Amino acid sequence: MEFRVKAKLVTSEDLRRIVTRLAHEIIERNRGINDLVIVGLLTRGAYLAHRIAKKIEEIEGKPVPTGDLDVTLYRDDFRTRLKQPDVQVTNIKFQIDEKNVMLVDDVLFTGRTVRAALDALMDFGRPNRIHLAVLVDRGHRELPIKADFVGKNIPTSIGEEVRVKLTEVDQEDCVYLVEAVEEEK
Amino acid sequence: MNFKSGHLLGLEYVDNDDIELILKSTKSFREILDRPIKKVPTLQGKTVVNLFFEPSTRTRISFELAEKRLSADSVNFSTSTSSVKKGETLLDTARNIEAMKIDMVVIRHQSPGAAHFLALNLDANIINAGDGAHEHPTQALLDMVTIAEHHKSFKGLKVGIVGDIAHSRVALSNIHGLRKMGAKITLCGPATLIPREVERLGVDICYNIDDLIADVDVLNVLRIQLERQDSGFFPSLREYHQYFGITRERLEKATKPITIMHPGPINRGVEISSDVADSEHSVILNQVTNGVAVRMAILYLLAGGEHESN
Repeated sequence: MEFRVKAKLVTSEDLRRIVTRLAHEIIERNRGINDLVIVGLLTRGAYLAHRIAKKIEEIEGKPVPTGDLDVTLYRDDFRTRLKQPDVQVTNIKFQIDEKNVMLVDDVLFTGRTVRAALDALMDFGRPNRIHLAVLVDRGHRELPIKADFVGKNIPTSIGEEVRVKLTEVDQEDCVYLVEAVEEEK
Repeated sequence: MNFKSGHLLGLEYVDNDDIELILKSTKSFREILDRPIKKVPTLQGKTVVNLFFEPSTRTRISFELAEKRLSADSVNFSTSTSSVKKGETLLDTARNIEAMKIDMVVIRHQSPGAAHFLALNLDANIINAGDGAHEHPTQALLDMVTIAEHHKSFKGLKVGIVGDIAHSRVALSNIHGLRKMGAKITLCGPATLIPREVERLGVDICYNIDDLIADVDVLNVLRIQLERQDSGFFPSLREYHQYFGITRERLEKATKPITIMHPGPINRGVEISSDVADSEHSVILNQVTNGVAVRMAILYLLAGGEHESN
């Protein structure tokens, strides 16, 4: 399927400011960073998580344990997909028991990925609480899930998609709104 | 990316991309084994039958654990307690089991081609857990995962396989898999246990263990089956140990450390001395751990997505 870019919704400057704001909000809500750990969802959520963690360290002067979570094995569409997702390596080297876990993803859409992530996290222990931070909330939830920290709310139609680009894996830092182009027959 | 075939029958029939996919996916599953709760819900609702027509401890337990860690339902079958004793054919046994609505079959059988036979006759995904002296693909894959943990690349890596090559499905699967990934393989053992024309598979042969040790990065030491002692392939276990046994004295002559592997079960003091089996260069127990992860990866890859060919 072909996609056409409709708008650039977040520039690299905007993205830098959003990460800074999210870092401050997370510190404020947790009243510091004691007991805080950050877990990013692979692939782009994990890079965002590391950026937020770095910013928090700059502000508070102490590192925050940060890990990567792959939720492929917990997804609810394993049986129905024709294309099998590649599994990636989860890397959580710290205990999450009694911790405040900050779950980070790039785009919040149906909520199914977050559902899978919550199940996965429970297999690592029993956290005190789990908060959710996302760069973009694009609506269309299919499960009762809500983000605690949102970089930007972007109302979308169902035919549109939100593409987050991060320099760690892409050419640039930004967020595009794209839509599927009908192929000419 | 999807695994191309719906079965794993032997590494001869798996291309490089799919071998790499298995090796890469295995890392994800290896991580699960270090978690407090070593289980993921991925294969919920899938049923796997472990059909073992030959005795096996390690492979059967390893598959069973892999299935349970992925939340599949597994059923075990072994010949000692089955209708095979009453004269049922393999095809009838398999068809009856499939009629009970199962999804995957893991088969270990004394006849080469048994797994192929099931793949042709059943709709289930078939995994070969050893068919006669033909192939044992999951063993070779776990060997490769273990090698990859200790060496940067397979390209140009020198691997020696020592022992009873003629009767070894582990050797054949290792040869196919490692050659595809670019390793150089040398076989070593008594001439009676090296099959004729085996060079055609693209391997070298060496009859002197000390020459081999001087040249390799990895030694895969095969089990000498004790029952072979009486069949005239070599004079005695003692003599085998003297000529081909891997000992510390022999390894000390090597200029670099050699990774020591063994598919198990070990005959201490025959093909390998006790101190080598337990030495810091032995990765025998890593192989066992990786075996569970590799089998999880294969179950995952076969169970999901569409396959190009069956």
